[in-house]
Amino acid sequence: MTAAADPAPLEVVSQRGAFLAVLHRDLYVTWRELPAFLAQVILQPLFLLFVFGKVLGSLGYTQRDYADLLFPGLLALTAVITGMQALAFPLVAEFGWTREIEDRLLAPMPTSYVAAEKVVFATLRAVAATVLMMPIGVLVLGSIPWRWSALPLFAAGVVLGSLVGAGFGLVVGTFVQPQRISLVFSLVFTPLLFTGCSQYPWPSLDRLRWFQVVTAANPMTYVSEALRGALVPSVPHIEPWVCLVVLAVSIAALLAVGVRGFYRRAFD
Amino acid sequence: MTAPAVEVRELVKRYPRAPVNAVDGVSFEVAAGEVFGLLGPNGAGKTTTVGVLTTRARPTSGSAAIGGVDVVRDPVGARRQLAVVPQRSNLDRSISIRDNLIFHAAYHGVPARVREARADELLDQFGLLERARSNPDFFSGGESQRVMIARALMHRPRVLFLDEPTTGLDPAARLFVWDRLRELRDAGVTLVLTTHDMHEAAALADRVGIMDHGRLLALDTPEALMRSLSGQSTLELTTSGPADGDVVAALAALEGVEGVERLQAGGEDGRGGAPPGAGALRVRLYLAGEAAPVVAPAAAVLAERGVALSNVKLGTPTLEDVFIHLTGRTLR
Repeated sequence: MTAAADPAPLEVVSQRGAFLAVLHRDLYVTWRELPAFLAQVILQPLFLLFVFGKVLGSLGYTQRDYADLLFPGLLALTAVITGMQALAFPLVAEFGWTREIEDRLLAPMPTSYVAAEKVVFATLRAVAATVLMMPIGVLVLGSIPWRWSALPLFAAGVVLGSLVGAGFGLVVGTFVQPQRISLVFSLVFTPLLFTGCSQYPWPSLDRLRWFQVVTAANPMTYVSEALRGALVPSVPHIEPWVCLVVLAVSIAALLAVGVRGFYRRAFD
Repeated sequence: MTAPAVEVRELVKRYPRAPVNAVDGVSFEVAAGEVFGLLGPNGAGKTTTVGVLTTRARPTSGSAAIGGVDVVRDPVGARRQLAVVPQRSNLDRSISIRDNLIFHAAYHGVPARVREARADELLDQFGLLERARSNPDFFSGGESQRVMIARALMHRPRVLFLDEPTTGLDPAARLFVWDRLRELRDAGVTLVLTTHDMHEAAALADRVGIMDHGRLLALDTPEALMRSLSGQSTLELTTSGPADGDVVAALAALEGVEGVERLQAGGEDGRGGAPPGAGALRVRLYLAGEAAPVVAPAAAVLAERGVALSNVKLGTPTLEDVFIHLTGRTLR
């Protein structure tokens, strides 16, 4: 009866300890697989940046301004997509065939902590990937738009964008059957990628009204617009406060649905 | 008053959209330090019962507790006291087996300085020290099983649940696992194992609960269960052609026969030898004494009625006989 008789504060400490131990495990694995992590995270935005920002510009198809407009959009893309991948893929495997998650579900902490750890880890990974895009941008484009005064808005946009991605990942990772994951990923991934306003500013779409409505439904649009508002405010963009409110609501909704899905998978 | 290591009361579990209860009113207690076996065919409700006890399945009604801690009201408290060794490997494939042990201990709040020493000690005990840095991907079924038992012991659980601990293992690996489990029992760890292997249940368990269709049909020591069958030995007869109830009655009347049981003809378990023809009779005679002297009179009974004998099997009652007696079916 010793364990059961522990006073409550100790219990809270040990539950937090279990949470941190699981997070430590994820960071440890990431550290050991660092080259794979970097390749997975960097390659896609690097090519987008190179082709759209550099090649098309050099060939004269786009103006120099376009790279400045594109760059915040690619940061948004990196945050959302990395967050989603970092959560959905491992989760599907762990619930599906490796069953690795069972050892963590049996750790002495509430099941919601296991889901929360997944979200925290995916968010950390996505923030790291997005920050990593800054030096890559300098390298590929020569210079990137930057305003120190907009740092708080920029940081909020990156963190909320990463959380949106993690939220998508939790929903996809818990609701999709393992054998369907590649199909679902292309069904979710591609539309998300191209309707998220990463390659064009949202207000400029009023010439294409129906597409503007479609893109307004993608939370990633508000990440792109918030980061554009932070880095290139001269480009017309959605008001930053609107972006932050929409993102907060989207994150709450995605996490609510995702945690429900997580419980459904965790318990018989 | 210490609480029993495991306590299950009127446990019912019905899965959504399932027509029947997977577990249908099961109650039992396991004392601290006991080895308890749940024996039954696949789908009997053993794994679901263990699923509830290990906080992974929610009961529809009834209650379950580990060391006095209710698994529904305080799943976190229950998880502190238990460990699970699943049938299929769920080892963390991204890290070495030593790291598997160490991280498991960390999840359970074992202090950092204790983890490493305990991991090395267990790896040594389970004959895994040389491969401590290997990835679980390269491990055979038997080796994975050993790693998972070692991992489960890292947080010193009061109750260790093992699901089909040696299913699919080769004989040597199975004996190794059995030896380690006996050592654990001697060290005072409560073991709850589910199995559809009567040999395993008889070899390891202090008490065996026999389950079928979600119900607990019998619960006692293996010896008492086998004694509950009348007789000291058994004689199993299979005819090659049809035979009626008259034959059964005549066999029952033979001297030394204490009971007769009609088995399902068809012998899908292979115990009946050659597959009998349509309408063939398969009976098991429970005998007061040795089986050999009864063979000739039994054969004569059949011959008098023009029924040909296709297979004769002599035996002593096993847990499987108990199961057949209780359910009229074989275990597999």
